[in-house]
Amino acid sequence: MADSQTLEVQEKKEAAPRGGEQTKPARYFVPVTDIYETDQALVVVMEMPGVDRKDIDIRIEEDVLRVEGRIDHAKYDGMEPLYTEYSVGPFARSFALSHMIDQQRIDAAFTDGVLTLNLHKVQKAAPRRIEIG
Amino acid sequence: MALFYQDPFDALSQFQRTLDQLRSSSWLADSPSGGGTYPPLNVFRKGDDIIIVAEVPGVAKADLRIEVKGSTLRIAGARSVGPAGPASSHRRERRGGRFDRTIELPIAIDSEKVKAECRDGILALHLPRAEHDKPRSIPIA
Repeated sequence: MADSQTLEVQEKKEAAPRGGEQTKPARYFVPVTDIYETDQALVVVMEMPGVDRKDIDIRIEEDVLRVEGRIDHAKYDGMEPLYTEYSVGPFARSFALSHMIDQQRIDAAFTDGVLTLNLHKVQKAAPRRIEIG
Repeated sequence: MALFYQDPFDALSQFQRTLDQLRSSSWLADSPSGGGTYPPLNVFRKGDDIIIVAEVPGVAKADLRIEVKGSTLRIAGARSVGPAGPASSHRRERRGGRFDRTIELPIAIDSEKVKAECRDGILALHLPRAEHDKPRSIPIA
């Protein structure tokens, strides 16, 4: 049972810059992610604590799903750090989509800092009669 | 030092650097009552008060338990991960389980006035410094 285990800290992983893509000075983090598949969909669950719903950007470009979550560090204005155990920064991660996924049918939900994406599978093509013209 | 900068990304990277510098500083000593190390905490000072911020993604408010006694603070709870129904797993990085962490603050706090807030996977605790513990300025006679 997962619930009887004691949770341990997972160190936040920094996103590796690819091909000089990241030109911004700040560091990005890789959201901890689960991916599982049901009969209808591929479900992607990503942890992005501290990100506001409106600061999540989900886009599909050339069969790549990219998720980015910005954080509003202005909330920390006027606060002096005394002791820290984790860093704070935006999250970003990309996934290549297979042709099994219907790119028009993706829903997203965000609860308690966890983003859940439902990537619906393509409906099996119904048998179709071809008329001879 | 309060953080105010012009460029938002400069500000963020400065902020990240400041956080890195204070990685496990000696301010917060390990409590003898110990417990786990989850959730990871950042401790800030705002005016006279202490603000503790923890990342607890996927933990519902109802599953969190915060207790304060004297200058000891306990954060406990649980979270479950994984699909609700039958599913095959492709990637499993998230962890579920219980947590229970106790810390001992090096200052006295007013436990009656502690406020907790949990939003978007972030738990923020506002711990006002006890009146008797605040520094007092001594007038020179």
